[in-house]
Amino acid sequence: MKEISGIKEIVKPGNLAYKKSGILTDEIMHYCPGCGHSTAHRILAEIIEEEGLQQETIGVSPVGCSVFLYNYLDIDWQEAAHGRAPAVATGIKRLLPDRFVFTYQGDGDLAAIGTAETIHACNRGENILIIFINNGIYGMTGGQMAPTTLPGMKSSTSPYGRDVRTMGNPLKMTDIVATLLGTYYVTRQSVHNPANVRKAKKALRKAVQYQKLNKGTCFVEIVSNCPSGWKMTPVQSNKWMEENMFPYYPLGDLKIPDMLPDEQSKTE
Amino acid sequence: MKQELRLMKGNEAVAEAAIRAGADGYFGYPITPQSEILEYLMDANPYEKTGMVVLQAESEIAAINMVYGGAGCGKKVMTSSSSPGISLKQEGITYIAGAELPCLIVNVVRGGPGLGTIQPAQSDYFQAVKGGGHGDYHLIVLAPASVQEMADFVELAFDLAFKYRNPAMILSDGAIGQMMEKVWLGPQQERSKTVPEWATTGKPPTRKRNIITSLELDPNRQEIFNQKLVAKYNEIREKEVRFEEFQCEDAEYLLVAYGTSARVCQRSVELARAQGIKAGLLRPITLFPYPSKQINKLADKAKLILTVEMSAGQMVEDVMLAVNGKVPVHHYGRMGGMIPTPDEVVDNLKKLIKEI
Repeated sequence: MKEISGIKEIVKPGNLAYKKSGILTDEIMHYCPGCGHSTAHRILAEIIEEEGLQQETIGVSPVGCSVFLYNYLDIDWQEAAHGRAPAVATGIKRLLPDRFVFTYQGDGDLAAIGTAETIHACNRGENILIIFINNGIYGMTGGQMAPTTLPGMKSSTSPYGRDVRTMGNPLKMTDIVATLLGTYYVTRQSVHNPANVRKAKKALRKAVQYQKLNKGTCFVEIVSNCPSGWKMTPVQSNKWMEENMFPYYPLGDLKIPDMLPDEQSKTE
Repeated sequence: MKQELRLMKGNEAVAEAAIRAGADGYFGYPITPQSEILEYLMDANPYEKTGMVVLQAESEIAAINMVYGGAGCGKKVMTSSSSPGISLKQEGITYIAGAELPCLIVNVVRGGPGLGTIQPAQSDYFQAVKGGGHGDYHLIVLAPASVQEMADFVELAFDLAFKYRNPAMILSDGAIGQMMEKVWLGPQQERSKTVPEWATTGKPPTRKRNIITSLELDPNRQEIFNQKLVAKYNEIREKEVRFEEFQCEDAEYLLVAYGTSARVCQRSVELARAQGIKAGLLRPITLFPYPSKQINKLADKAKLILTVEMSAGQMVEDVMLAVNGKVPVHHYGRMGGMIPTPDEVVDNLKKLIKEI
């Protein structure tokens, strides 16, 4: 690879604001340019490292774009069948109740084929963290319509736009699980600009801390872009997401526990 | 090391044997005729005594994936169901085989296809021994013919599953699941504290991360993995064949049957011998690996072989393969939840003898 001129001058210890998390491996990620997955991976890796959780974490990777997630984070992993990650995580957590167990799933995986597993794991209040990346499309298989695809949105299986009369309306899984008694903390975030990355990281850290209390399922949706699937440039896709996805999937907390973890520990 | 004599249903024996074998977890979903397994475990509440987790899942699909998760942590985990539920589990079972995880699946078979009947059948033989889900794989399949074996095979199945890192199945049926017999139960064993080196338990600095997966996009590497599985199945074929012979020493007419059918055929052999017909019975205990060599050996002395199954004729194909044309192989079966009687089998055998 051709060296960028002056890079050695710029990249020197005194100038570095960020450090690569030790939880991230050196494997080259396979994601398309501008995709939100890699950013979500990074903040997750940073939190696992900062919270000192590597030795007690077991992740469950899905079928979808993030199928190779186990190559990128240096923790123990189980690869689940399509949609079954919450059931697999249930098995792990029930057998190893003192471990930190999370799933990382896309919208096809979580909101279509895995709807039953998702709702029932949340309804039982399984003490797991579910990270839900919602980009409104099946990315890995080439941009087909997902349950989360917006009305009128074009995809390879809704080439004239999603017609809600025959294809149904987008499913708001995060809103559904927030109504269940088994969930403890439910939030919706995005990672498309630095401000939102910081907010998402804060929310994800809270979810990880809440999870350690074993008081129910924590659920973090990250509304994300899919430049390739949406047939846009990364910049266009982020703009389109702000204008179209966020009104339908508004960012913010949907369910917050009465008390923060540190307050809770004081009262117990 | 049998300790306690109890009168139990086959389904209850499986449940009690699982607790006593030190199982770590059971994940199930109700379906007739095996719901007693889940009911018994919920009632026994082993979590209080041994720490064994018992969970009623939202579906058979969820239950087998919970088994996947628990097995991936190196735990002794199991599920049970009956035919339509086992069909639903096939996705999970092929992933478990592909990820080389040990676990126990109990199938208390009922008649099909579709919703079928709740009465006993042996019509899931192909599904159990030929793979069942997609891809090239095998389960280790044990076929109990009594309530005692329902209990005994739980520990045996777990031992074989862990020895070969392969899912094992107990292929029973509604008759053995529902009938009550006396059963000797072993002592309570402690749950294992050993953690297999491949298990996902949280990565310590001392080892590389463990990944439980069946995914490999490179066809060269996938083929190498498939070859590894084939070598494992061949080793199982070599070392783990189990069968029982009943009056085979001088048998001119050999019956081959497993499970409930084998119980019927044992009586048929006695009835036939009383009429001067030198009959014998080979009962396969392992259906995979299949006792092909022994059947081939017995075929040297036999004039004909009759397989008796509660199906349209499934195991008969494996007997034909084993015999490889040495002697004629026939099938007699009842279906739809019907069980053949000993006399029916003898009548059928006599008809075939006349035709020779």
